[in-house]
Amino acid sequence: MKVGLFIPCYIDQFYPDVAIATYQLLKKLGCEVSYPMNQTCCGQPMANSGFSDLTKGCDVNFVKNFKDFDYIVAPSGSCVLHIKEHLKEGGDKAELDKIRHSVYELSEFLVDILKINRLEASFPHKVGMHVSCHGQRGLNLSSMSELVSPEFSKSEHLLNMVEGLELLKPVRVDECCGFGGTFCVFEEAVSVKMGKDRIKEHLVNDVEFICGGDTSCLMHLEGILKRQGIGVKTIHLAEILNSTI
Amino acid sequence: MSVKQHAEAAQEFIRDEARTDWHDETLWFVRHKRDKAVNTLPEWEILRDWASRIKNHTLSNLDYYLRNFEEKAASNGIIVHWASDTEDHNRIIHKIIADNKIDKIVKSKSMLTEECHLNEYLQNKGIQILDTDLGEYIVQLRKESPSHIVLPAIHLKRQDVSETFHEHLNTEKGNYDPQYLAGSARHHLRERFIESDLAITGVNFAIAESGSFVVCTNEGNADMGVHSAGIHIACMGIEKLIPKTEHLGVFLRLLARSATGQPITTYSSHFNKPRPWQQMHVVIVDNGRSRQLGRADFRNSLKCIRCAACFNTCPVYRRSGGHSYHSTVAGPIGSILNPNLDMEANSDLPFASTLCGSCSNVCPVKIDIHEQLWKWRQVIVANGYVDKGKKAGMQGMAWVLSNPQVYRMAGKIGRWIMRTFPFMLNNRLNVWYKQREMPRAPEKSFRDWFKENK
Amino acid sequence: MNARETILKTVAMNKPELTELPDMDLSLTIQYPDLIQQFIGIMEAAGGKAYYENSRQDLLNDIAEVKAEGKFMINLLEDSNAEEWASLTASELEALDTCYLRAELGVAENGAMWISEKQMSNRLLPFICQHLVIVLDPGDVVNNMHEAYRQIDATAEGFGVFIAGPSKTADIEQNLVIGAHGARSLRVYLL
Repeated sequence: MKVGLFIPCYIDQFYPDVAIATYQLLKKLGCEVSYPMNQTCCGQPMANSGFSDLTKGCDVNFVKNFKDFDYIVAPSGSCVLHIKEHLKEGGDKAELDKIRHSVYELSEFLVDILKINRLEASFPHKVGMHVSCHGQRGLNLSSMSELVSPEFSKSEHLLNMVEGLELLKPVRVDECCGFGGTFCVFEEAVSVKMGKDRIKEHLVNDVEFICGGDTSCLMHLEGILKRQGIGVKTIHLAEILNSTI
Repeated sequence: MSVKQHAEAAQEFIRDEARTDWHDETLWFVRHKRDKAVNTLPEWEILRDWASRIKNHTLSNLDYYLRNFEEKAASNGIIVHWASDTEDHNRIIHKIIADNKIDKIVKSKSMLTEECHLNEYLQNKGIQILDTDLGEYIVQLRKESPSHIVLPAIHLKRQDVSETFHEHLNTEKGNYDPQYLAGSARHHLRERFIESDLAITGVNFAIAESGSFVVCTNEGNADMGVHSAGIHIACMGIEKLIPKTEHLGVFLRLLARSATGQPITTYSSHFNKPRPWQQMHVVIVDNGRSRQLGRADFRNSLKCIRCAACFNTCPVYRRSGGHSYHSTVAGPIGSILNPNLDMEANSDLPFASTLCGSCSNVCPVKIDIHEQLWKWRQVIVANGYVDKGKKAGMQGMAWVLSNPQVYRMAGKIGRWIMRTFPFMLNNRLNVWYKQREMPRAPEKSFRDWFKENK
Repeated sequence: MNARETILKTVAMNKPELTELPDMDLSLTIQYPDLIQQFIGIMEAAGGKAYYENSRQDLLNDIAEVKAEGKFMINLLEDSNAEEWASLTASELEALDTCYLRAELGVAENGAMWISEKQMSNRLLPFICQHLVIVLDPGDVVNNMHEAYRQIDATAEGFGVFIAGPSKTADIEQNLVIGAHGARSLRVYLL
């Protein structure tokens, strides 16, 4: 199974550990993983700001890097959703469709494609779950509190396989953290307030870590936690699933 | 007078953090009630689907249904008027008032008359309208605008209401009991209902096949007004139509549960004909709606039944308040409706969202609100309503990210600066840094690691 | 071109391609094992008060009490003067304390009751009275609003209303206050 590892730009630059964990985890699970060396960004920062006209270069580069894989896997629901919904240049329709249908967020890939039901992982800590909107509402990675539908969660399904981990959920199980791409600077006041409110709910649960599937949300929460001098750490799902402490 | 953009107004709102928390929690309580109510119906998602398709169908044949409604309403003795814009709407109502030499007017909640600024229009002609919905009555006394389309005074605390009532109704100073305050308003408004000559209402649903319309309230203020007065004027946007009476079954099940978590509003009044001694008028208003109908990406915003569920669930609305949207209809739905009315003035609104998608999920008629927010951003930028600095920044970013070598070099330099000269970024020019630490900049990117370790 | 023609023309020009109405399978909608219990529970949650077991006697007592207090009451259950009430104005009805009338149907999913214009005789009555008393045949309770609209003819008369509970407001800090502008209380006799 040829898997192309898609590492979003800010993870590549600022959170290489998340990418390393993803890579190692996929290898452990028997995937033939390649990392296309000339990848950059999916183009989402521009598109979500209203500049989808400027994403052609990113699209072309993405297609060039990823057109030859059976599966494309990324540790980010948000970037995957962008490719699925907005990739529009760099190839003919068949090529683009193939990419859009073969790109997966990590937990989705592990649950739906690899169908794993056990993991050699342990993480003996109290962990709070942060649900990222694009993964949840965009990629349907878990049930949504607004809908009348059966409950499920792909990431929780995976975390339940981790030895020693105690998973705790905030009262508002799936409220947005306020990152929102460039929203985090253009609407700074609301963005930070939303983040503070999410953190407050996790603190009530006395968690040691806040875990999520999107490093962008975690970067935002981490920035607030550090500024406020709170000892709680953020951690990506991949890092926990790859952990054997 | 320049209107504050959403981000700036929101920043001011949040300055009082305790009050922001209270506002957030009060509205979350409404969202919570909504969740409880919708979960009592296993068919909830089916109802949403039916409602969405009924509205889509209606919009796809709207001219037919408008004519149909007009014809049936006229045969029932209702006088139908047509208004292209707010000016038409206000003039029509003023003419009815003037022709009948009316001076005592009550109005129940109608967001359309707010959209048309009817109160101000008539006030300039020396005519006073009294808003009778308690929330609207409160904001009218305070000379404010509603901050929420279902809960107009949700931005106010009981202390605020108490002070306003003390000033205008001479209620007891310092009595903050909602029961007492609402009771005082009831007492005061009762006389005004009794003596009113003309009552204005909105319309929740207009039924094409019968020419009737339905008005929903909890307070009973619409009915108290219209059944007391000799003249009833009901104002509706062209999108209020539904084809058949049986479709009310779907919409009345969705409306109140979505709006307040009630299984139905206390009163769902069905108006078919005026009483023999009464006049009944319906004013059908376009005001940009037919233009929105022509925008393929945005037309289904016209399915909206004004339940405000998207307000209550919106994490941005709850923390910025309705007035920060500087429009009659605030919240996520307002952010996709208002750019159609004035793209430049409302160019900030589609950006007042994280695109989290909760709005689309609670919408009882399945409007893809967050997707339309994304699309409006594209339209607004394409029309040039964007800050020049932001545009230049985006162009620069796009160039860097389109060229792998440039991207790698920029990343390397950027991380090096962050490690070596943190003060260059950790300062007040960096908006991120105002209340958040910057991420730690590692020496190596993942790509660097991969080259060494694969 | 006048406003009407402009609007209709623009709408015709801008409307999307015709789509179909949904085929609504009402067997998918909620059915309750005990209609009356469900109706009473939800109607009382909306602030009403139900009388079921000894409702006939309770209703007689109710009427006798209000009569004894000498308050202005209108009893449309037995009154042959319905037409006389029809012409009364708001100022003549302002002092109305209690109004008794019959509802045509009740809805178990939300506690609402349908009252047609004929049943209220004067459109003001159910709203302007301080206390509203409704008599409902338990056999006329249906599961949900779809069934309700099948059973009633909502457009047969000039006016009709679904009423669910006494008037209320939560406009001050979401605090529920019973008795906004309409009736301050609702008593329902199932008989």
